[in-house]
Amino acid sequence: MSFLKNITTAAAMALMVGLVPAPGTAETPTDVLVIANRIDDITTLDPAESFEFAGSDVSRNIYSKLVNFDPMNLDAGYQPELAASWDVSEDGKTITFTMKEGLKFASGNPIRAEDAAWSLQRAVKLNKTPSFILTQFGFTPENVEQMIRADGNKVIITTDKQYATSFVLNCLTATIGGILDKEVVMQHEVDGDMGNAWLKTNSAGSGPYKLVTWKPNETVVLETNPNWWGPEPAMKRVIVRHVAESATQRLLLERGDIDVARNLNPQDVAGLEGAPGIAIDSELRGRIMYIAVNQKHPILSKPEVRQAIKYLIDYQGMQDSFLKGQYVIHQNFLPATYLGAVDENPFSLDIEKAKELLAQAGVGPFEIEAGVREAQERLEIAQSLQNTFAQAGITLKLTVGTGKQILGRYRARDLDMYIGAWGPDYPDPHTNAGTFAYNPDNRDEAKLTGLLAWRNAWDTDGLTPKVEAAVIEKDRDLRAQMYRDIQAEFRAKSPFGIMFQRIEQTGRRDNVQNLSLGGAITAVSYWPVTK
Amino acid sequence: MALAESRGTGRHRLPRFQRILLKIAKTLVSVAITMLGLMFVTFIIGRVMPVDPVLAVVGERATNEVYEQVYREMGLDRPVLVQFGYYLRDVLHGDFGMSLLNARPVSEDIRRVFPATFELATLGTLIGVLIGVPLGVMAAVRRGSWIDQIARVVALVGYSMPIFWLGLMGLLIFYGILGWVGGPGRLDIAYEYMVETRTGMILVDSLLAGNWDVFRNAFSHIILPASILGYYSMAYISRMTRSFMLEQLSAEYIITARVKGLPERRVIWKHAFGNIRVQLITVIALSFANLLEGAVLTETIFAWPGLGSYITTALLSADMNAVLGGTVVVGLIFVLLNIFSDLLYQIFDPRAK
Repeated sequence: MSFLKNITTAAAMALMVGLVPAPGTAETPTDVLVIANRIDDITTLDPAESFEFAGSDVSRNIYSKLVNFDPMNLDAGYQPELAASWDVSEDGKTITFTMKEGLKFASGNPIRAEDAAWSLQRAVKLNKTPSFILTQFGFTPENVEQMIRADGNKVIITTDKQYATSFVLNCLTATIGGILDKEVVMQHEVDGDMGNAWLKTNSAGSGPYKLVTWKPNETVVLETNPNWWGPEPAMKRVIVRHVAESATQRLLLERGDIDVARNLNPQDVAGLEGAPGIAIDSELRGRIMYIAVNQKHPILSKPEVRQAIKYLIDYQGMQDSFLKGQYVIHQNFLPATYLGAVDENPFSLDIEKAKELLAQAGVGPFEIEAGVREAQERLEIAQSLQNTFAQAGITLKLTVGTGKQILGRYRARDLDMYIGAWGPDYPDPHTNAGTFAYNPDNRDEAKLTGLLAWRNAWDTDGLTPKVEAAVIEKDRDLRAQMYRDIQAEFRAKSPFGIMFQRIEQTGRRDNVQNLSLGGAITAVSYWPVTK
Repeated sequence: MALAESRGTGRHRLPRFQRILLKIAKTLVSVAITMLGLMFVTFIIGRVMPVDPVLAVVGERATNEVYEQVYREMGLDRPVLVQFGYYLRDVLHGDFGMSLLNARPVSEDIRRVFPATFELATLGTLIGVLIGVPLGVMAAVRRGSWIDQIARVVALVGYSMPIFWLGLMGLLIFYGILGWVGGPGRLDIAYEYMVETRTGMILVDSLLAGNWDVFRNAFSHIILPASILGYYSMAYISRMTRSFMLEQLSAEYIITARVKGLPERRVIWKHAFGNIRVQLITVIALSFANLLEGAVLTETIFAWPGLGSYITTALLSADMNAVLGGTVVVGLIFVLLNIFSDLLYQIFDPRAK
């Protein structure tokens, strides 16, 4: 049996070696910030193309913009960043930015007005997904060199018509407004792509950090940009690790192997409460959870039915159970903290009222197909809806699929009902008004697939011109009032049941201070963080 | 085969040489057909799946113009067979295309994630074999004894316990509470980028660099997921070993050997075990292949950037180039492992010569 003995001993030895205490865990280096986050949504880091949450987080820290938000005072709105000041022409169509002098990119190249104008022109010419944020001002690949141009140390932007200045500037704070180092980018141009392929995985900016590496689904590593003009960040390196599981993030945080856990579910947040050395932050984000019904459906297009479904949602029950701490009831399309946001939430679960409305519409029991993405919270919402809808005689047939599957059918106007989420694209009320309540052409052939109103075949019942009027109103207070009015009408008429606004709960080691996730208007900022 | 050839006489050398050539040619043709079939089926599944790869690239907000532009850029307006033809041509040139999502060459991605999985699966299989084989042999030899019962329970638990749960419990106990092993991920932050990437397997790279700190750290990270995978593979291997051994131990030649008075150890290890080696190799090879492509959940829990989670993420994001690339690699491994175990049959099993 000696052979057997040898093998057993070897196996035991192997296990013993494995169980030797791991060397030095418990704390991350003092000048390194280690974050666990789901970063598998990053597809590119080119600001002209990047449009995902995790990508925006990276971009915000490596690219400066003409105007930007101060992470320590988000309520103040946009502030000068690369631009020192700006003037608006009398006709309201031209904004002239004067650049700050003496600033440099991470490469050491000076930041010129030419770089800024070129970056914005490039985003329009590349015509990637987020380009609509700029092209909505009438810029096209053909005219953009005249509409956005540099003159000395000035950048002159001329729009096709007059818009609220705040609308234009808010759009420039989006990821697509990131200013690139033209010289560096153009050195990497391939086949006229204006450096797009190279910028997907490299950075050429002037923000507090520069990109060291991005390994898809693995890590993003940033390090400080020595040429940044602000005070040197305390965190010399920021490492974002892709950790998909909430329970795994929690363990890493408890052990001190990470400083911040960004995707904790309610159970893990509850488990961490009171844990030594750990703090939980709650920050209101911009994402809205909603349901919508297709207006091509003969029953769902009746006004009473549209209103009835809003009384068939157990808002309070969901908020207090599986969405606890992660979502708050919000029944308007503008997220709280946006200009014109309102906190009126008139709907609550009222089966009798819904039945009454359905009876008024002359509708008996019926079945509809609801599409929902395969994500825990959405499935739970769908099940809750299935239950409450059934009480009023509406059978919800759930079609569950990956995001791309369900989205494809939604964009093709092929679902009776959609259960999903919408996050604002830029911090201006038009970002949501322009999709929920705006649909200039409701025909199938128009294919305005980017607009939620179009996807649900809703002609907006006269809200489209009101949205168009609000976006050009220069008086801020008046503009805010216009959005409040639009939302009141929207609540009364629309086929959308807006339900919740997102709260992001972040677990952090309690020595980590000043971490701003960006609220509802922007992305995370690492540079003010201290440990 | 070398053995077979050396035993041949001069008179038979030519026909035998031809036979070998024929066999090699047959194997190559069958590999080619298998791979072609695999690629075709995966390709077609990718095209008929109700997932829109264009949407995966352009995102939810894209306007119809952007969508159409990307649709054409991806060549989706061409007939499916033509698309497959182009794909095949590229693969033959070693080009799996670009990942639709992160715009990097798929082959580069696979080179990055495969070593992580290979390292994990190899260690897992090693643990499975080192424990599973002796356990299975002992269970068979002492059938019905306490060791057999233990082996049965251990295997049953291994078969039925969700790996997800086992992984989380393992993490909680050995990492969270006891702190005996490293946490999720392949290395502590402090050790990352300390050794040069040569093979992509950190244990090997750190040994090549002679950096023991990194080796120890990497080992403390890999041992838990490897043990958990090893446990599953051990459950399978020990059950198979037991049943192979039982079959042999009841055979007449074993009884004869015992009657002849051979020592029991020799009867078990030389005669009985010697005869199950071949079957066992197939079992181990299959188990290894399973760990290579089927460790998705373990990779997710342990934040292990490997092939399983790469293919799954790609599948969920409709990144068909990455899915195809990953599938071809996994398919190739299966085929190679099959050839490898066939080859071992040739060496160990006299009947196959």
